[in-house]
Amino acid sequence: MTTRLALGVMLVWCAAALTGVSAPLHPDAIELTRILEPPSSTNVLGSDDLGRPVLDRLLAGAAVSLLVALVTVTLSATIGIAVGLFAGYVGGWADRIIGRVVEVFLAFPGMLLAIAMAAMLGPGLDNVIIALATMGWVGYARLVRVQVMTLKQRDHVLAARALGRRDLAIVGRHLLPLVMAPVWVEASFGVAAAVIAEAGLSFLGLGIQPPAASWGGMIRDGVRYLLVAPHLVLAPGIALFAVVMAANLLGDALRDRLDVTLRSTR
Amino acid sequence: MTRLMGGVLDTLVVLFGVSLLVFLLLAVVPGDPVDVVLGESAQLADRQAMRQALGLDQPLPVRGLQFFHDLVRGDLGMSLIQRKPVTMLIADRLPATLLLAVSAFAVVVAIALPAGLIAARHHDRWPDRAVQAVALLGLSIPNFWLGPLLVLLFSIGLGWLPVSGNQGPASLVLPALTLGLSMAAVSTRMLRASLLEIMSQPYLRTARCKGLGEGAVMWRHALPNAMAPLVTVLGLQLGALLAGAVITEVVFAWPGIGTLLIDAIRQRDYPVVQGVVLVIAVGYVLSNRLADLVVARIDPRISTP
Repeated sequence: MTTRLALGVMLVWCAAALTGVSAPLHPDAIELTRILEPPSSTNVLGSDDLGRPVLDRLLAGAAVSLLVALVTVTLSATIGIAVGLFAGYVGGWADRIIGRVVEVFLAFPGMLLAIAMAAMLGPGLDNVIIALATMGWVGYARLVRVQVMTLKQRDHVLAARALGRRDLAIVGRHLLPLVMAPVWVEASFGVAAAVIAEAGLSFLGLGIQPPAASWGGMIRDGVRYLLVAPHLVLAPGIALFAVVMAANLLGDALRDRLDVTLRSTR
Repeated sequence: MTRLMGGVLDTLVVLFGVSLLVFLLLAVVPGDPVDVVLGESAQLADRQAMRQALGLDQPLPVRGLQFFHDLVRGDLGMSLIQRKPVTMLIADRLPATLLLAVSAFAVVVAIALPAGLIAARHHDRWPDRAVQAVALLGLSIPNFWLGPLLVLLFSIGLGWLPVSGNQGPASLVLPALTLGLSMAAVSTRMLRASLLEIMSQPYLRTARCKGLGEGAVMWRHALPNAMAPLVTVLGLQLGALLAGAVITEVVFAWPGIGTLLIDAIRQRDYPVVQGVVLVIAVGYVLSNRLADLVVARIDPRISTP
């Protein structure tokens, strides 16, 4: 039941994002006569402090958050899986060095690293993705590395090696499919983490820059008008909360179904 | 003793790695810090003199060595904007952040401990499901949204607490709650998971077979053994609170190192950014290691090699 609800929220998110990029919306159109207009039948979610329609901005923000989440998770997972497979399979000094690097990254609070990276690179969509992927790859690398270290001693891998299969083929055909289950669970929680982190960076003014719409930026702008126009904070906040909750629920469901035990419960 | 030495050495290696990462983050920064101080229209000679004064004319390895040399002496450089030592700026703001973190930590303990116990004690029944649902809720609410919601309810709606700033104990309540609630959700889930793992052990079945009540099983057998994972979780949380404080401080204009960091980022005051990031990261590492030490003391299986 809850899984279906979560899937429904995800579908709505994707549909909103598609609408955000394809429909003739006006998220940046300033209308001075509509400043801080409350929600009504003609203006569904009301208008913000510059008279811009909140609904249009919410849909445009959905597109940003979906894009950031998908690209960040894909990038983090690809880097993390590659590094984890390499370190776990090759072992030896390469594994020791990579293990240390992973340890240092894990010793850094994730969001702080993202804030520092975003601060150094400057604001903008590309830099947000780079900052979040810098924080995200470590989890996948640790997960895959530990599994490969035990899996590579299994009979089918030893047999493949005895038959003279190339290392790349062994890793790709005999190890990669076996490590994917926890990766999917991690990726599901990764979507939630990326959406929250992008919104957090934009809230701090380090992410998507105005006038472009992002849920975190909308919350930041709305906080100043909390007393007179709470809808400015409530609308993007509810959207953000629903998506993050759905991603977390899907992660939980996936973990239960795949019977994966992750070291950290997020 | 050897184990302790190994732990200290290990911590030093991680601290070195963390500092190196912070240094590299700043060293590869696009744009020139000299432009920040002098403006882009400054004379070439002035710029060069400034570069020399900041050590930017040196190659990267030399700057790295200088960075670690200064770091060991407790020197984090000078603020480009305020022209004061970074350590002084951080020392001014750190007490407020620590106060916030400790208060939020109290919120975490006060909520996570009973909630985790109740959930594990009534596993798969309604109290467990309720705790899980609320924890999931807490996990999914970003604190930069929860903060304004609490302000809307307690400050604007009920008028009980101040909206922002640091004017006495009342202004600590909302920031501490905001920071503590989401962390409490994570801790509750972790504590529940570790308690459930312990409760499936054979010795607890034996205790039940002896006729002990569920309460006695929980208090006398399960909880003492759950202390080690609990302390580890709380150690992680204490460190995470320092990092999480950044956003919460911005929401409530709390005068700690989080707002110092964000102000420094806006003003491109890179030495301050570097210093604050380093202090938070070191705090995170140390609180985790401290938790490891406490665990080693309370769990004889870990402390005896």
